Amino acid sequence: MTDTATRIKETIGANDVVLYMKGTKEMPQCGFSSRVAGVLNYMGVEFADVNVLADEAVRQGIKDFSDWPTVPQLYVKGEFVGGCDIITEMTLSGELDTLFETSGVTYDKDAADKIREANG
Amino acid sequence: MAILASEIEAMIRESFPNATIAVMGDDGAHFAAEVTDESFRGKNRVQQQRAVYAALKGKMDGANGELHALALTTKVPE
Repeated sequence: MTDTATRIKETIGANDVVLYMKGTKEMPQCGFSSRVAGVLNYMGVEFADVNVLADEAVRQGIKDFSDWPTVPQLYVKGEFVGGCDIITEMTLSGELDTLFETSGVTYDKDAADKIREANG
Repeated sequence: MAILASEIEAMIRESFPNATIAVMGDDGAHFAAEVTDESFRGKNRVQQQRAVYAALKGKMDGANGELHALALTTKVPE
C-alpha cells in the first residue's frame, strides 16, 4: 500500500463520515462537492472534509483507492458510499437516512424530510 | 478538448451492447447519462457506475479528462 493509501485509510478509519471534496465544507470549489457538502451540512451531519485541491497526492490517490474517477467521494464508517449522483439519489430515496441510522451517525431527520419535500 | 454526446453513448454501448442509453448535454463538457442494463441486477450503485466509468476509459480522469461532468444514473430494467 502506498503512503497516500495508508493516509486515506487512517482518515476514513478515524472519522465516521469523511467527504473528499474540492474545496472545504465552508467554501466548496466545485458544484458537485458543494451539493454533497450542502446536504450533509443541512442534515446536521458531523463530517471531516478533505480538500483534494490542497494535496496533489490525495487528489489522485483517492481515485485509485476507491477505483472511482471523480470527486466528491463520501465515506461512512470507512466504506466508500458514492459520489454526487449516488448521494443525491440516496438522499431523495431515504437510503442515506437508513445508512446513517445503521452506522450510528447522528443526523437531523426533519431536515432530511425537508430536502425530500422540496425535491419531491 | 470537447467531446460529443454521441461519442459518450458509443463508448458506453461498446461495453453494454444491450443497454438503454440516453446521453444529454451539448456544451462539450457537461453531460447527463442514464444507462439501463440487465447486467446491473444484483449490483449496488457504486458497482454499477464503476462499470460505466470503466467503459469511458479514463475520459473522466482529472485534469486530462475531457469529461469534467457526467451526471450518471444507472438502472436495472423493470
